[in-house]
Amino acid sequence: MTDIPAKAAAPPTSSGSVLLTLMKLRTFIALIAVLVFFSIAAPNFLSAANLILMAKHVALNAFLAMGMTFVIITGGIDLSVGSIVGLCGMVAGYLVLNGIDLQFGYTVYFNVVEIALITLGVGILIGAVNGLLITRLNVAPFIATLGTLYVARGLALLSSDGRTFPNLVGKPDLGTTGFGYLGAGRLLGLPVSIWILMMVALGAAYLARYTPLGRHIFAVGGNERAARISGVRVNMVKMFVYMFSGFCAAIVGLIISSELMASHPATGESFELNAIAAAVLGGTSMSGGRGTIGGTIVGAFVIGILSDGLVMMGVSSFWQMVIKGLVIIVAVVVDQAQRRLQSRVTLMQMAKAG
Amino acid sequence: MSSSPGHDVILKLEDISKVYAGTVAVKHAKFEVRKGAVNVLVGENGAGKSTLMKIIAGVEQPTAGRILLDGNEVSFSSSGDAVGRGIGMVFQELNLFGNLSVAENIFATRELTNAFRKIDHREQERRAAEFLEQLEAGIRPDMLVEDLRIGQQQLVEIAKAVSLDARILIMDEPTSALSAAEVEILFKVIADLKARGVAIVYISHRLEELIRIGDYITVLRDGRITGQEQMRNVDTQWIVRQMIGSDAKDFAKADGHVPGDEVFRAEEICLPRVTGGLAVDHVSLSLRAGEILGIYGLMGAGRSELFDCIMGRHGQASGRIFIDGKQVKERDTARRIRRGLALIPEDRQREGLVSILSVASNLTLASLSRFVSLFHIRGGAEWQAVTQMVRELAIKVADPAQEVSSLSGGNQQKVVIGKALLTGPKVLLMDEPSRGIDVGAKADVFRTMRKLSRDGLGILFATSDLDEVMALSDRIAVMSNGKLTGMFERAEATEAAIVAASALGHGPVHGEQRR
Repeated sequence: MTDIPAKAAAPPTSSGSVLLTLMKLRTFIALIAVLVFFSIAAPNFLSAANLILMAKHVALNAFLAMGMTFVIITGGIDLSVGSIVGLCGMVAGYLVLNGIDLQFGYTVYFNVVEIALITLGVGILIGAVNGLLITRLNVAPFIATLGTLYVARGLALLSSDGRTFPNLVGKPDLGTTGFGYLGAGRLLGLPVSIWILMMVALGAAYLARYTPLGRHIFAVGGNERAARISGVRVNMVKMFVYMFSGFCAAIVGLIISSELMASHPATGESFELNAIAAAVLGGTSMSGGRGTIGGTIVGAFVIGILSDGLVMMGVSSFWQMVIKGLVIIVAVVVDQAQRRLQSRVTLMQMAKAG
Repeated sequence: MSSSPGHDVILKLEDISKVYAGTVAVKHAKFEVRKGAVNVLVGENGAGKSTLMKIIAGVEQPTAGRILLDGNEVSFSSSGDAVGRGIGMVFQELNLFGNLSVAENIFATRELTNAFRKIDHREQERRAAEFLEQLEAGIRPDMLVEDLRIGQQQLVEIAKAVSLDARILIMDEPTSALSAAEVEILFKVIADLKARGVAIVYISHRLEELIRIGDYITVLRDGRITGQEQMRNVDTQWIVRQMIGSDAKDFAKADGHVPGDEVFRAEEICLPRVTGGLAVDHVSLSLRAGEILGIYGLMGAGRSELFDCIMGRHGQASGRIFIDGKQVKERDTARRIRRGLALIPEDRQREGLVSILSVASNLTLASLSRFVSLFHIRGGAEWQAVTQMVRELAIKVADPAQEVSSLSGGNQQKVVIGKALLTGPKVLLMDEPSRGIDVGAKADVFRTMRKLSRDGLGILFATSDLDEVMALSDRIAVMSNGKLTGMFERAEATEAAIVAASALGHGPVHGEQRR
């Protein structure tokens, strides 16, 4: 009788596994499919210039989606990232143009590096506010970040009274020049923003795989109670993911205002939805515990290539929205089908063994 | 087995099997339910009783086999289906809506409505009051279920099942949280139902109860039916033999090592209950290195809550705890684990395991810092610890990278134990460590407990299984209603004394504590 568990514990093997493997690789298959489709359907799609341009578009969403992935893995959601993008852009723009007035006749101007750091700090701070609301005051993540979505957007609009900060070239005598480097600069032929994306992505993937914090993020999302009893500092883990999400959003705010050399307070509206879409498309489970940085990046590329490709083909933006929505729905349906198939395969094997 | 006149078979299960992820719960079971009789079903924890009953009640669908109701094959796709055919069930785990009133719970999904489809609360409460009256529980139908004692909640669950007016009524451990007096009332209700021709399926661990009220008995072991008889033909020995088979329960003998110095002491632990009163009421106890202290008590006696307090899971708990004579001032779980406390929680699925992570990740979850240099997890060191633990505890897993949910219950429990051990604890708290696992795994768990105590670990373990507490403990503490009501050296402990202590402070005011 006691040998049953031994047999049951044997790893799931072949039957139905071809279909399963295909389903597991669905995001990659989707990526290859959109690449092949548009390289045939859209002229110039495969030119180096176009690929780099697309990569720059995708990078913006990919940053947000990485932050979002960690948040969703812990079982939360961060709706505020779009607003943080807007606010951080305004903070950077304000500091370049105005510096900080110290009230008694002096104004402190920062150089570009300092401005970037302060802006990142603002993003992390708003993430920390989200985290505190969720962990200390027990506000549901959806509500807490919905609140900060409005607050951050409102602050962004207040900072300029709704106007754009134009022409962020800075003044050489104040040392505020060079803000355009982030958005327009290149290193070894690739845009700076792509290099930053690669660095952050590698860092995040390393964190997820090889650090206790990463392991704890998954544990909290998989079973918060069990994680707590195992001594995981659940609140600290949650604080981290929201602060990281705010950090990612601040990077995007910097890059966008640097690309445009202007900051507009409405920048980033509805970016949070694209980020969630990319994470989900990449296999992140909304119920928490499952997801990978790699998958999310691929998901961001699928969405980005899809919208850029459709633009190049001249498809109306209204149809683009419909298509994007359908792709997301299909992705989740396939995800569910995979789970069901997987558990059925396992059960059948165990029934045979038992 | 011959059928007596008047006791026709109303429901018959043929060759029923049920497979879950990780375990085969029921194997080729044949089971008959007779009208106007109490059909008793017994078996150890994890023998498959509850699963079998859930199949009859339509909550679970059998993987294979047939169900015959009145001689016709039927299949229930939901519990609604089964209720429609006159099958009601009192669940072991309470299936009540805490945020709704007692009356709303009793009439959930079949609300009484007036002509405009509006719920007729007054009529519901009047009818509910009638059922509650039968149970003499002193429960008002307009009270919220979450404000009731756990025993009262169980009575509401029973009232709900009775109100279904079912032809077949399944009761899965209905008395586990009831006081002796409440049990008497329940038996009266059962006799009444029997007289009305209702077929009752009764599941319990308490043999004396079964022998008193049962008419037919079926014994399950490891998912198989091992015996079916009329109750008047059997005695306790027969039941025990069928339950545990020829190989008597393997409790792993004590090796006679002498416990060392005090390693752990709790003083005046208190935990207020949300509904008023104390869930843990001024409990003090001490534990020596290498000692196994068993805490016996009924459901809701406060054992799990005591463990939770010791682990620092409740901010509002008061009292002091000491390890090696030094007070533990840290209030959060993470730092208490570092001081040498570890808990193996009662509910494996909800509190013990992160089911979507691998066996390896679960094992090292509580002790990751041991394998970290700076912030990098050294994969090699982690893997080594994992494989060593898998070998030491005889966890049956082909590859530790497998998801933990694919293991059987017993092996999952070993993973939870391994996780606690990897933190290098001085004191191990085990809450119902043998619940829901098969006989072989149980023996392994008990052997592990013996070995750990020999290695000098202090073990506190809570159980509601009398045999277990008698066989494994060096000392036995008894809890009832949040209080420590007894403390026995093993030599002087008797079952009667322990049971008496576990019933103290239970029951209504007239509290007759007969046993």
